[in-house]
Amino acid sequence: MTPALPLLSQIINLLAAVLLLLSFAMLTQRRILSLINLFALQGAVLCLSTVVVAYTTGQTHLYYSALMTLALKVLLLPWILHRLIRRLNVKWDVEGLVNIPTTMLIGIALVILAFNLALPISQIAGTITRATLGIALAAVLLSFLMMITRSKAVPQVIGFLSMENALFFAATSATYGMPMVVELGIALDVLVGMIILGVFFFQIREQFDSLDIRHLEQLRED
Amino acid sequence: MDAGAYVLQVLQVLIALIGAPLLTGWVNQCRAWLQNRSAPPLLQPYRQIAKLLEKDVVLAHNASRLFRLVPYVLFACTVLACAIIPTLSTDLPLAPAADAIALVGIFALARVSLSLAGMDVGTAFGTLGARREMLIGFLAEPALLMVFFTASLISQSLSLATIVETIAHREFVIYPSLAFAGVAFTLVSLAENARIPVDNPATHLELTMIHEAMILEYSGRHLALVEWAAGLKLYAYSCLGLALFFPWGIPEGTGFGNIGVALPVLLVKLGIGGMVLALIETLSAKMRIFRAPEFLGAAFMLAVIAMLVRLLLEAPL
Repeated sequence: MTPALPLLSQIINLLAAVLLLLSFAMLTQRRILSLINLFALQGAVLCLSTVVVAYTTGQTHLYYSALMTLALKVLLLPWILHRLIRRLNVKWDVEGLVNIPTTMLIGIALVILAFNLALPISQIAGTITRATLGIALAAVLLSFLMMITRSKAVPQVIGFLSMENALFFAATSATYGMPMVVELGIALDVLVGMIILGVFFFQIREQFDSLDIRHLEQLRED
Repeated sequence: MDAGAYVLQVLQVLIALIGAPLLTGWVNQCRAWLQNRSAPPLLQPYRQIAKLLEKDVVLAHNASRLFRLVPYVLFACTVLACAIIPTLSTDLPLAPAADAIALVGIFALARVSLSLAGMDVGTAFGTLGARREMLIGFLAEPALLMVFFTASLISQSLSLATIVETIAHREFVIYPSLAFAGVAFTLVSLAENARIPVDNPATHLELTMIHEAMILEYSGRHLALVEWAAGLKLYAYSCLGLALFFPWGIPEGTGFGNIGVALPVLLVKLGIGGMVLALIETLSAKMRIFRAPEFLGAAFMLAVIAMLVRLLLEAPL
């Protein structure tokens, strides 16, 4: 038996594992509504883990990041997304380009890749959360996969947002978070990006009567 | 190994035999409450078994000896599984008899024999049920093995008793990998026990049935044994889940004082487990049969990730 880690860092590890679990749940989810709820849950776990890291290390600026995560990713963005899909009236099943078992297998391969990639980096890092870097990287790659394998616009945007979550988690686990200015900038970017994409949804649907992104591939200049 | 251990072993088997129908009755009752129906009495499964034991056996003309033998094989397998899984103590005389892999083998033997019996008479339903059961089985088994491997990576042993001892009685450590393994195990046990997202245990009339289709030809004491074995299997899986993921309260010693602690704790845990099962069954809808591979694929994937997480997060850097 190896000596046990301190309890708080065990809790961080547990939250990291839950984050990975949620990433997989999002990857295999068929319904848009559940997808948004899972995204909100992922934000909540992220917020909780940031608070625990802040408490463990005494980095006060992480409390502000956690608060920002709570406000933006748990409350505001899911609310906007809920409103959007109500107005777009898209509660149908999410269509994937690749079937779900195959997606899961690719997901496992990505997790193995991410863990292997992160291992040397974690050995250099001196933070107590270094072991979670592999999980953060895996979550980023899984969000990428989700964006690639979904053909509709809304799940792709949720994939993008969840990737931002994972990047934030990676920053927290590798270097105890980015400077406050950068974090504020990213938060604003995500929010504005979300609003612009929301407008895009309506434009895309008006043009093609569908939110399927594949229609965009056929655009030709006349 | 003293005499007390043997008494405890016998007691554990007796509790399994008596407790299994009670657990089934409890799950049915919780489910009825949750679905706003009037609940059947808690002792209904006992009455069912008693009624069936009194009735005569009606056999098909072309039923072979295998068909008559299978209920006993099935019953013996599930009782053996209940005897091996540490529920009252981790120091039981039968515990070294089989490790986690052998336990999966015992469950597989029960499954194969029931499937053969389902095909034996040659009715369309029996064959259909048997084929579906094998489909579920071959997907569920690797996931179950992976769950056991994750637990054994933690305790460095495949013996169930050692696994329970490591998690319950050493220094308290949070194992994130066990969270994944726990979800995977829940999915697998839902599928293995013919529970709602995969199969509906309460129907005899649907084309989607799996377990009920195989036992359609059984009657009298054979059916009683098969139903009792199904209850025992649910009990065994519940105890297995409790032993792997919530082992607190299973004592190490074999003294009689320990039973005073172990038994009430077991009852409370099984009661809560039954409620959770009823809740899952109420909240989810029955899947199409061809969704089952996806469901069990998810279980397998979670179990693999549990192993990976174990290697990354919990191994020394």
